[in-house]
Amino acid sequence: MQLALFWLFSIFTLLFGLGVVFFRSPVSSAMSLVMSFVGLASLFVTLDAFFIGVVQVLVYAGAVMVLFLFIIMLLDLRTEERRPVKLAAWAGGGIVIGGFIAALLRVVVSLPDAWQTKPVLANPGLNDVAQVGFALFRNFNLPFQIIGVLLLVATIGVVVLSRRELK
Amino acid sequence: MPTLAHYLLVSGGLFSIGLAGVLLRRNILIIFMGLELMLNAANLSLVAFSRFHPGHDGLPGYNAQVLVFFIITVAAAEVAVGLAIIVALFRAKQTTHVEDLDTLKF
Repeated sequence: MQLALFWLFSIFTLLFGLGVVFFRSPVSSAMSLVMSFVGLASLFVTLDAFFIGVVQVLVYAGAVMVLFLFIIMLLDLRTEERRPVKLAAWAGGGIVIGGFIAALLRVVVSLPDAWQTKPVLANPGLNDVAQVGFALFRNFNLPFQIIGVLLLVATIGVVVLSRRELK
Repeated sequence: MPTLAHYLLVSGGLFSIGLAGVLLRRNILIIFMGLELMLNAANLSLVAFSRFHPGHDGLPGYNAQVLVFFIITVAAAEVAVGLAIIVALFRAKQTTHVEDLDTLKF
């Protein structure tokens, strides 16, 4: 049952991920990316990471992709006109990706505990959000506050960047 | 039962798809979406390792999930800044096609 759900979610995620690359229209790509993120969130849930799954849907599939769609609509992008495909560029890209997949397969095969199944948790019904919160506010309090400053800086930077007269 | 290798292979596949988007597409917005896919693939492998290597208390490694939380936050900031740059670029050049953006080309 778990394996079936895993394959369902991962094929869902990977197919919509391929859609991002192969759709011609940017809007279709963005919608495909939303579905891919939803599939990824369900993969997180199969790993008992409920908090990360919810954050993935809220932040990525919600906020980030709305921003993407907003910008695509704002720029009024049509479907790309077909330009002559550069064979050398596709071949180079294919070689890089093939090399990456080969290296990944070697690493996964050589990993000693790669084929172990999920270890049983000590307390399966534990509140996952509370545990992440404890880790976040006890062990990572300073990084958490620095992230807040980063978000503020990004907000100000975006406002400065998108002013009309950029001098 | 799915094993750690299953999750790592899905994560690697997602990363390759993102890499393909960055390398093969010429629309700067699609390249940006490919970057997001790659970040998410890294998140998936982090969460998989946290679940498959529980600590001494028999709980998943929550530090990894906090790291994923930070990655999501930084990625959100990155998307906001990147899209603002793309809008400024579009205002100056009227294109999102990377082959038309060759001002810095040597």
